[in-house]
Amino acid sequence: MDYFDIFISILGSAIRLSIPLLFTALAGLFSERAGIFDIGLEGKMLASAFASACVAYYTGNAWAGLGAGILTAIVFSMVHGFASITNRGNQIVSGVALNFVAAGLTIVLGQAWFNQGGRTGQVPPEGRFSGIVLPGADMMRDVPIIGPLYANVISGNNILTYIAFLMVPVSWWVLYRTRFGLRLRAVGENPGAVDTAGISVSWLRYRALIVTGFLAGFAGTYLAIAQSAAFINNMSAGKGYIALAALIFAKWKPVPVMFACLLFGFLDAFANFMQGKSLPLIGEVPVQIFQALPYILTCVLLAGFIGIARPPKAGGVPYAKER
Amino acid sequence: MSLDSPKEPAIELVGIDKKFGAVHANRNINLTVAKGSIHGIIGENGAGKSTLMSILYGFYHADQGEIRIFGKPVAIRDSQTAIASGIGMVHQHFMLVENFTVLENVMLGAEGGQLLRKGVATARKELKRLEDDYGLEVDPDAVIEELPVGSQQRVEILKALYRGAEILILDEPTGVLTPAEADHLFKVLRVLRDQGKTIILITHKLREIMAITDTVSVMRRGEMVATRRTAETTVEELAELMVGRRVLLRVEKGGANPGKVLLSVRNLTVKDSRGVTMVDDVSFDVRAGEIVGIAGVAGNGQSELLEAIAGIRKPASGEIFIDGQPAAGIDPAGLRDLGLAHIPEDRHHMGLVLKFEEYENSILGYHRDERYGRGAMLDLDAIRKDAEEKIAKYDIRPPNARLRTANFSGGNQQKIVVAREIERDPKMLIIGQPTRGVDIGAIEFIHKRIIEMRDAGKAVLLVSVELDEIRSLSDRILVMFAGKVVGEKSGEAGEQTLGLMMAGIAA
Ligand SMILES: Nc1ncnc2c1ncn2[C@@H]1O[C@H](COP(=O)(O)OP(=O)(O)OP(=O)(O)O)[C@@H](O)[C@H]1O
Ligand SMILES: [Mg+2]
Repeated sequence: MDYFDIFISILGSAIRLSIPLLFTALAGLFSERAGIFDIGLEGKMLASAFASACVAYYTGNAWAGLGAGILTAIVFSMVHGFASITNRGNQIVSGVALNFVAAGLTIVLGQAWFNQGGRTGQVPPEGRFSGIVLPGADMMRDVPIIGPLYANVISGNNILTYIAFLMVPVSWWVLYRTRFGLRLRAVGENPGAVDTAGISVSWLRYRALIVTGFLAGFAGTYLAIAQSAAFINNMSAGKGYIALAALIFAKWKPVPVMFACLLFGFLDAFANFMQGKSLPLIGEVPVQIFQALPYILTCVLLAGFIGIARPPKAGGVPYAKER
Repeated sequence: MSLDSPKEPAIELVGIDKKFGAVHANRNINLTVAKGSIHGIIGENGAGKSTLMSILYGFYHADQGEIRIFGKPVAIRDSQTAIASGIGMVHQHFMLVENFTVLENVMLGAEGGQLLRKGVATARKELKRLEDDYGLEVDPDAVIEELPVGSQQRVEILKALYRGAEILILDEPTGVLTPAEADHLFKVLRVLRDQGKTIILITHKLREIMAITDTVSVMRRGEMVATRRTAETTVEELAELMVGRRVLLRVEKGGANPGKVLLSVRNLTVKDSRGVTMVDDVSFDVRAGEIVGIAGVAGNGQSELLEAIAGIRKPASGEIFIDGQPAAGIDPAGLRDLGLAHIPEDRHHMGLVLKFEEYENSILGYHRDERYGRGAMLDLDAIRKDAEEKIAKYDIRPPNARLRTANFSGGNQQKIVVAREIERDPKMLIIGQPTRGVDIGAIEFIHKRIIEMRDAGKAVLLVSVELDEIRSLSDRILVMFAGKVVGEKSGEAGEQTLGLMMAGIAA
């Protein structure tokens, strides 16, 4: 394999690894821009992965699986909303609690229903989202440089991958070109301004959380029935937190979120590639270094080295009418 | 309360009553305001003015009472219904999204459809029209946080007018404005009135009431105690109605008796966070037993000077001596040990933790004092007792040390800060805007305390944008313009002389 082929294959796997991050980070974007911190993204992803795997297993229908995944994540989102909007609870506590609920519930239910030590049954091929070969991929294959890029990186992904990238401009458009987006950004900065403009702060934030659930549902579904063919114990493996890091890294903006997720996906793919290989002069580099990079980069950013990351001003503060 | 008026009423409040727990903020309030007039509401701190207006705007709910707008009874459930009935409000603390543009803030809640594009075009046109009609100029594409307060306030007014407000409520609009900005505001208000809008103006400055209102009502301890036609009343009468006793509008003070130099500032230069020089090579002394006032239009470096002396901002160069000891670069705790007390300009950002209870704020910064605890432990009983003494002495209302500070009215919050700093009996006191948002009774009280401090041989440095305040308290006045001290006058200097110096015209 020459270097270009290696590069193409790392790039392909980088894209695959960044999709769940992208869905999840966009999900977090909507809730955090509305002023609700969501550390529970991890749990939403996990729960929706489990739900989609179960439903896809029993129905053999991938879209039914996706529906179940989305619904589950929205339910989790609403619980978060009830705790932190209606009852003005601490958003971090509520999020962490939901992560624990998701981690525990998926194991218990999975064991009860499938008896495979936390795994669900193998989802049949019809119940999965598999790669789509884009028109002309085979013809293009021999064109130098663009050919392999098109055939192996752009083509051959499953439909959710394309949806994920489509969601980037869609999110941008919703946030910056619609009434809902304007109000959502406003409520994350100064809920008092929204309230005195005669708009319900709670209802607005609930709607933001529904969008969050919707997008997080895609992420979980992708993990369970697009990237793999079953739910596996704790299969989200911290991706919810990395997505959160990507969101901060991208300063809460949709297009930078995409680049941050691609970067973090690339680091992940590179780590996989480096496993067991040794670099000239340096020798074998422990993969943990690459795995830690997203967090290190985020810390560096937060410390202010790459400009200031200003979170939505009202983030994390429950809204109460008072001066 | 009502005066017979030929004009139809725009607002009628009948029997409005509101309690916050034990606090009876509004008691059976009746008020009628004629269409096309400017109506002033005055009253002591905590009298219930903001509460009444918040009820009218649907931010709080009245426990009892009826509201009629243009003759029709309306149930104002929330701000939405208030806006729909033609009421707009400019809040005491602006309700603006700081990182949005003017246009976005104006549109928020009145976007004119699911998509923004069409609304943006109409909003732009409408803003232009409002600007032409009322002289409310602001750049629609400017970001709020980069605008001066005066412009931010114009955005609040624009927001209300854009929603079709016929009635405009302004809660202490001039507290944060420079004199020029306030003049501009009044010009706008007069134009609005002449075009048939109805305006309610809450303020502590009786001078403003006399200058601009047609009628005025006085509130005291939750009750509406009087309504007068402005032309038929006087400042003295209003002051007495407000406080329930005669008030000295100008404090009496004897001559100063300056002793040794306690504060000495030498060639001080201070830059702000963007690196712009705000204080430029300033030198002066303050002696024991004198009050030195720093006059100037807001934004000419007074704030930064104060912050540098208080140890909050590091000076770029120059020296500060407190009682002969070098003090530049020492942190605020160290400065307190040297005998410096500081009443910051902005009580919300620097003076208080609004989420804390009153007694906690009453020792903020002095919590290491052995009177309030031993080692790592606080002596809560001692702190509360101390807090209650201050509440009694400074007449802080409601007299409840366990109330969250956010729930005190603005003027009472200020008293909490003033009590804390003065009662420490410091060697020298630096004060920024001591009476911002404070009623005249309390102003009299705070001014007397400041003069007592002077007479007890303390050095006092006073910064205020209220020229009246500077003139009535100071023994010497330094005028700051563009970061420099452009001149020094005695306390008897005339308003005109100082005004010209503040504008940078004379020295
Ligand atoms: N949300 C609240 N909870 C409890 N008490 C409150 C609340 N809001 C106001 N109060 C109390 O109600 C009373 C009236 O307050 P209000 O803010 O209306 O006074 P004000 O006349 O506007 O005073 P100021 O001139 O200082 O602004 C005060 O005693 C205040 O402490
Ligand atoms: Mg008030």
